[in-house]
Amino acid sequence: MAYSDKVIEHYENPRNVGTLDKEDPTVGTGLVGAPACGDVMRLQLRVNPETNIIEDAKFKTFGCGSAIASSSLATEWVKGKTVEEAMELRNTELVKELNLPPVKIHCSVLAEDAIKSAIEDYRRKQAARRAETT
Amino acid sequence: MALQLPIYMDNHATTPCDPRVVEAMLPYFTHHFGNAASRSHAFGWHAEEAVDTARAQVATLLGASSPKEIVFTSGATESNNLAIKGVAHFSKDKGDHIITLRTEHKAVLDTCKRLEREGFRVTYLDVDARGQVSPDDVKNALTDRTILVSVMLANNEIGTVQPIAEIGKLTRERGVLLHCDAVQGVGRMKFLVDEMNVDLVSLSGHKLYGPKGVGALYVRRNKPRVRIVGEQDGGGHERGMRSGTLNVTGIVGLGKAAAIATDEWEKDRDHSFSLRERLRKKLFDGIEQIHLNGADDPWRHPGNLNVSFSFVEGEAMLMAIKDVAVSSGSACTSASLEPSYVLRALGVDEELAHSSIRFGLGRFNTEAEVDFVAELVIRQVNRLRDMSPLYEMWKEGVDLKSIQWEAH
Repeated sequence: MAYSDKVIEHYENPRNVGTLDKEDPTVGTGLVGAPACGDVMRLQLRVNPETNIIEDAKFKTFGCGSAIASSSLATEWVKGKTVEEAMELRNTELVKELNLPPVKIHCSVLAEDAIKSAIEDYRRKQAARRAETT
Repeated sequence: MALQLPIYMDNHATTPCDPRVVEAMLPYFTHHFGNAASRSHAFGWHAEEAVDTARAQVATLLGASSPKEIVFTSGATESNNLAIKGVAHFSKDKGDHIITLRTEHKAVLDTCKRLEREGFRVTYLDVDARGQVSPDDVKNALTDRTILVSVMLANNEIGTVQPIAEIGKLTRERGVLLHCDAVQGVGRMKFLVDEMNVDLVSLSGHKLYGPKGVGALYVRRNKPRVRIVGEQDGGGHERGMRSGTLNVTGIVGLGKAAAIATDEWEKDRDHSFSLRERLRKKLFDGIEQIHLNGADDPWRHPGNLNVSFSFVEGEAMLMAIKDVAVSSGSACTSASLEPSYVLRALGVDEELAHSSIRFGLGRFNTEAEVDFVAELVIRQVNRLRDMSPLYEMWKEGVDLKSIQWEAH
């Protein structure tokens, strides 16, 4: 597979690899994909509930080079954005930036799903919290 | 001595030409360029003589009783096509049933599928978790309409060696022909047609330190006399079994490669085997959750090491060790996005199929290369595991099978 320099760069120097505390109410965790399909992405966001801004993002990915690069780039992009802005991120932007070949587009879809899933998890936690306090 | 990068450890895909082979071939490009079918001048005679020498060299490697039993082809894909279709088309009045294995090479499987479309019936036998077929299963699958059994010597992905001699005994008893795709094993292990009870054998030049574009099919002439229909029409070369001007240069190369293998196969086998064991020991000592795919010795190709590194995807691994030429059973390395059909036939977990790497050690690998590769692989497996959510979950004691994964 001939990858673009950007994929290789992200693959060799992935940004934001790591783990946030998934029990933290300000952290949303998205776990998407399946081992049997050859890719699993876990993307975590820490949101400031006051400003709604994503202050930290971490990922871990089991998958090919473009899956790792897609999740690395996704964490880079969502940092500093509001939750609403991050919801707007489309896989096509990742495809364009990383110049992914058609056979690897599903990796970018997975990254988009991971962001959404993490945000949903965060929102669920926040809603549960509000329900507790009222 | 400094290591030359990249390092080649994909000797199941192809092997470099032995310099002795190249040397033998060179005069046939420029000086002795004649057409082996030209009967009217010295150029043709010389070419024919060179082909006869190569035929004898290949026959000797296989322990064939006559050089006449060797048909030169363009490679093993053609040899497999010719053997299977050639027997089927010749014997269609006698029967219409063929037996083969799920883990055969595509050149065998797809040939069988085409014959199915022509009306032949094909049984694709299962293999066990090590990739081996049980001779009993072959026995039970044989019918009065069976004309051919086709079983490979050693699997190109997982290195599992099939019990050919035993299967050959069964086919002999029933008067059924046995074809063996011996591409991956011939010259690497002892393989003599009479000991193996085989009737047709495919081999390829470039898996034997010879050139690409040339191969051979052994067709037994005695007890039983095998008859096949040529699949390519033309000048009636190769006793009518394979028309087309002979690739004299390539054939000379294949002959030389066969002669070297006849003389040196034990040395060669011991060399690749000791390197493979060195690599295996280092990897298994240095990495937890590593799994061997395929059978263990003595039923394993001496140069093959196919392993799965749990929690690490194969293509990412290939990228991580880009200075080493190996291959993976991962879906991501194939156009179809399907993981290896061979590993799936073994019942290997899909996750582990995605995580498999095949190392193929050969004549020109060195201990220094193995040490470099082992160190690199261990380092990169650890690096990729540090970014693998599956590894983290496994470390935390999560049963990965208990999770409802959303396949996409």
